[in-house]
Amino acid sequence: MTRALMEGSEAIACAAIAAGCRFFAGYPMTPFTELLEHFAKKLPAAGGVCINAESELEAIGMTWGALATGARAATGSTGQGIALMQESLSEITRAELPLVLFNLARGQGDYFQATRGGGHGDYRHLVLAPCDAAEAVALTQLAFDLADRWRNPVVVYGDYLLAHTAEAVEIAPQAFPPLPPKDWAVDGSLGGTGHSRNVNPLGMEKGRKGIEPEPFWKRLAAKHESMAQSEPRCEIEGGDDAELVVVAFGTLARFARHAVRALRREGARGALFRPITLWPFPAEALRQACRAARRVAVLEQNAGQMIDDVRLALEGRVPVSAIGGISSDAAGFGIGPLLDPDEVRGRIEGALAGREARQ
Amino acid sequence: MTRVRETLPAQPALQLGVDHDLCPGCGEPLALRMLLESIEELGCAQRAIGVIGIGCYTALSPLMDVDVIQALHGRAPSVATGAKRMRPESLVFTLQGDGDMVNEGLQEVIHTAARGESVTCVLLNNGVFGETGGHMTATTVIGQRTKNTLEGRDAAYHGHPILIGDLLAMQGGTAYAARGSVHDAAGVAGTKRLLRRAIETQLAGEGFSFVEILTMCPTGWFIGTAKGPEYLAQVLGPVHATGELKRDGRYVSTPELRERALRTRNETI
Repeated sequence: MTRALMEGSEAIACAAIAAGCRFFAGYPMTPFTELLEHFAKKLPAAGGVCINAESELEAIGMTWGALATGARAATGSTGQGIALMQESLSEITRAELPLVLFNLARGQGDYFQATRGGGHGDYRHLVLAPCDAAEAVALTQLAFDLADRWRNPVVVYGDYLLAHTAEAVEIAPQAFPPLPPKDWAVDGSLGGTGHSRNVNPLGMEKGRKGIEPEPFWKRLAAKHESMAQSEPRCEIEGGDDAELVVVAFGTLARFARHAVRALRREGARGALFRPITLWPFPAEALRQACRAARRVAVLEQNAGQMIDDVRLALEGRVPVSAIGGISSDAAGFGIGPLLDPDEVRGRIEGALAGREARQ
Repeated sequence: MTRVRETLPAQPALQLGVDHDLCPGCGEPLALRMLLESIEELGCAQRAIGVIGIGCYTALSPLMDVDVIQALHGRAPSVATGAKRMRPESLVFTLQGDGDMVNEGLQEVIHTAARGESVTCVLLNNGVFGETGGHMTATTVIGQRTKNTLEGRDAAYHGHPILIGDLLAMQGGTAYAARGSVHDAAGVAGTKRLLRRAIETQLAGEGFSFVEILTMCPTGWFIGTAKGPEYLAQVLGPVHATGELKRDGRYVSTPELRERALRTRNETI
């Protein structure tokens, strides 16, 4: 396929279908709405199903049912809608279903929601944060692979600019190593054989009375620990000589990368550290990148959320300050004055000079 | 005339054992048996997918020898929707209680009916949250004592019960809706007929189908184990009158079913 100009939402829908996604359900909400529109237009033609769910709760419920049959399936929403889905999101994790959830947020104020979640119990999701449409295409396909590989939900976390900015992208199916067969998926075929299946988030098993929560939860916790060890991903711009390491993710990291590149060309000793997985947070890589750093500046578009993960990663070895902050347009969609190349450059220059953030 | 006595097997073919943790006198295992027998008799054993809600009956799901998906409280109809859309050849049903379907998940089941989703939703209605120990649900009848309506459900204070069968029967996508009861032998046999028709409705691709089954909950009703059937007949039965609410495009309301039951009783007397 040749390169085509399309908005991020369309690129994500195309990439999901290229990855084999055949079911999507969603409820409109800005800036997620257009993703639903693109799936509604494209999925039936690809032999799939797209349902305009009556609420976010039903959207994720329908997706749950589709996933249980072994289909690749996805849903998504924005802040409040994702909040409504939290009960299902944590329970789907315990049912070990490979959900892909597109979280097209309003700005970056939902970092905690994406990485911690608001559901019940001990659970974790992989969170992938693309910074542009091309990366969204790659990470969307990776999300479906990782979800199947770990039998665990994967969140693709973007924002208004990612969803609505048209960029030239190439949608080609990526190749991944073979996956185990989905022998757990329900198709009804084993009814009456004594071996019928049970896709169950409570740890219940066919033919056995009651539940044994503790061993079940411990097994899941061990799986999440393995994910934490093997899946951190990041991009580093700049060398080991950096005195200042700027940490930023998603759309804002694009602005930061532009500024750091320009400043490095002018001789400044700064680097950009961009987590691609927000969970697991690439803590070890950040420690390595900050070996020579005198300070770390966290540029995020919220009151200070990812900065907690940065501080946890650095364990007090390097001073960490915030150079981002709350920034929004009048509609609250997260297109604030912070999203400006000169503004971002100014804040990084301030951090290089040792000045505190202008909150 | 020679009476033929038929000895029924201890358990239906699609049931893995008979050992469960539900209370003595509970009507739910009986309702489950009718459901499993209906699935098997209609040749659907190897194409059935059940979606189970959260309530006492959840503990019965490991006994069901059909594929199941365990859903959250109230969310079974949307999960069933996703499963059916991906596997249209399967028989997809939900098993939910009144707290699950009529309280927590009311909008789910109504939307699923309105969409004409080709699934069968089965409601086990005992008018209480049995699993928590007998608390008021949206189907608790006026005057019924529960743990949080100690003096009996008072309409002025606690509101009125919802007749979910009528709400569903009125939806354009609903092809079949009925209410049965397992408090006596005739009710058990009748319930099975309703379940079979609901399953046949789905197999024929006619639209959404629904069966409500009134079940005994002596524990949640605070009565003796053996008193369950009588209590059901006298307290829940008159409000949640049994019969077919929708069939062949015709809707018969619960008040009409109540009148029909009264006429039948008067004629018998």
